[in-house]
Amino acid sequence: MAVVTYREALNQALDEEMKRDPDVFLMGEEVGVYNGAYKVSKGLLDKYGEMRVVDTPITELGFAGLGVGAAMTGIRPVIEFMTWNFAILAFDQIFNSAAKMRSMSGGQFKMPVTFRGPTGAALQLAAQHSQSLESQVAHYPGIKVVVPGTPADAKGLLKAAIRDDDPVAVFEGEMLYNLKGEVPDDDDFVIPLGVAEVKREGSDVSIITHGKMIHVALQAAAALEKDGVNAEVLDLRSIRPLDVDAILATVAKTNRVVLVEEGWPYGGITATVAALIQEEAFDMLDAPVLRVTQADVPMPYAKQLEKVVKPSAELVVEKVNRVLYR
Amino acid sequence: MDTMTETKTRKAESRAAPPETAPAPERTPKSDEERLEGFEREQLRQMMHDMLLARRFEEKAAEAYALGKIGGFCHLYIGQEAVAVGAIHALRKDDYVMTAYREHVHALQTGIEAGAVMAELYGRADGCSGGKGGSMHMFNAETNYLGGHGIVGGQIPLALGVAWKIKYREEDRVIQVYCGEAAVNQGAFHESLNMAALWKLPMILIVENNRFGMGTAWERAASLYDIWQKASAYAMPSAVGDGMDVLDMYRVAKEAADRARAGEGPTLIEARTYRYVGHSMSDPVSGVYRTKEDVEKEKANDPITIFAELLARNDILSQQELQEMDAEAKRISEEAAEFADKSPEPPVDEVYKDIYATEDVAGRLYFDMRER
Repeated sequence: MAVVTYREALNQALDEEMKRDPDVFLMGEEVGVYNGAYKVSKGLLDKYGEMRVVDTPITELGFAGLGVGAAMTGIRPVIEFMTWNFAILAFDQIFNSAAKMRSMSGGQFKMPVTFRGPTGAALQLAAQHSQSLESQVAHYPGIKVVVPGTPADAKGLLKAAIRDDDPVAVFEGEMLYNLKGEVPDDDDFVIPLGVAEVKREGSDVSIITHGKMIHVALQAAAALEKDGVNAEVLDLRSIRPLDVDAILATVAKTNRVVLVEEGWPYGGITATVAALIQEEAFDMLDAPVLRVTQADVPMPYAKQLEKVVKPSAELVVEKVNRVLYR
Repeated sequence: MDTMTETKTRKAESRAAPPETAPAPERTPKSDEERLEGFEREQLRQMMHDMLLARRFEEKAAEAYALGKIGGFCHLYIGQEAVAVGAIHALRKDDYVMTAYREHVHALQTGIEAGAVMAELYGRADGCSGGKGGSMHMFNAETNYLGGHGIVGGQIPLALGVAWKIKYREEDRVIQVYCGEAAVNQGAFHESLNMAALWKLPMILIVENNRFGMGTAWERAASLYDIWQKASAYAMPSAVGDGMDVLDMYRVAKEAADRARAGEGPTLIEARTYRYVGHSMSDPVSGVYRTKEDVEKEKANDPITIFAELLARNDILSQQELQEMDAEAKRISEEAAEFADKSPEPPVDEVYKDIYATEDVAGRLYFDMRER
């Protein structure tokens, strides 16, 4: 185990997978000469050359589609979006081509393409650069979605995504790239898709979340502990496939649930998980399932407004107190 | 201006011939000898056969659609046969073909059995996509036929990716990708041409200019009429093919394929053609955007008649042989329909199959709460 940043962990995942399989290549804006807008691909161009670390023009729809076409004929593209916000331009290719090719061809093609890039609000980047879009992508059957929240998860899930024969969208936390954590050195350290992880054991209430929000949840749990409340934090890690067993297990354990996501509430991940809990674990609940999400508005620029709009540990504590009827 | 007058004016404009600003492609009439030069007799006869099959197959599909055997949208290729038949003849077996949703003939031309194409139209288990794709989403990995795509222009970036794969793996192959002229206005077209030319990828983009994007005449949709000229924006070669002349389509497609194989990158081909049928089965042949007379006038240019006459004049295919060949095309189409009719519906448990390649994962992939 070495302590590395989330950024370095992703870099290791790319490096190891490119070394392991000559069909893996990285393509996107600024991934080569510039070493990546967030330096995730640092050093890879020198190591693997221009056919495998490819700087594209600013043309998201085009190079996302390129990835899909290349994947359907047998190679393994890793398509980097400078941020997922820009991938909105490419959604036609992700939703209409990548997610559907296998089904509409009657299973004739594999689609081993990975789409990755940073997601979520950073600091004062305003409405168009501060979105969490994983719920939109997970909406489409045919695609898989992971949202790592720690360096180890970033490495293990990206490696799993690259090795998977289906299209996988990897949402990296824009504010997590400098986060440090222990990461196994093993070249075959892969975290299987669809396996959640309890990031903090607890018995009084379950906070279920993913991505950057696990840190907000852990902060809330620490505050609650001082108040005598023992909160469990379940990190979904993978949104589709979704570890329903782990969700039901934590619900059964604590009987009280607060769901947290960075994105909007309407049609959000938390909406799906809340529906699932009431459909499959209603009898286990001692209180209604409550949610903490981004305020249902486009992200404002002003510092104070941005702070209010984002989900916060304070909001999580407040909702936890409500499900505990305190 | 009252509404009536306005509508009339629009109609008149839409019927107008291409504007003066759009020079017709340079075309000195060729002698028969020049047109036939380099072709084997058998290949010419095969092309004729394929054109006839394309026509008769589509007629059969129209009939089946009218009988309710085919559902959904159904876009026929009648009138445009020379484009795909000629161009795909210029390819090798291991080259790739991809197109949009007016695709039955492209699918056939790559070598998919007529029965499998018809069964797909019927939504049956023996269809080339197992009944899951339908008229707009046919695929056959074995014949390197990569679909069948329903979003206008959406297939072009995919083809770019296939061309990238060819270069990545250093293969001696090319991809031919087709789109309608209306797709030229999509960003996907321009983004793809730029990268194809930038990286010299072996992609041949054939724009089938049948003059109408559904009901919108091309001159009402494009500031520049000539599609081939758009290649100059990406510093890439282009050509105009006579989309009513199967040999001309072969010629331009062959030149483009040779260039691509030589590592010289992509080519944009504008194929000037015409559809004799409505945009889809739910659109009448003529009506608000073109007149019956317009269509009849264009039929003087029927690619099948033109080619049949050329072959007859040069003693390559007699009138009688043509009739026999046509009867054969009708028989194949008829048998395809019979095959499709007998093919079973895909079983209900197919619903959750082939959505993901790797389904053996921890966690849940489907969220509909249904029994599986």
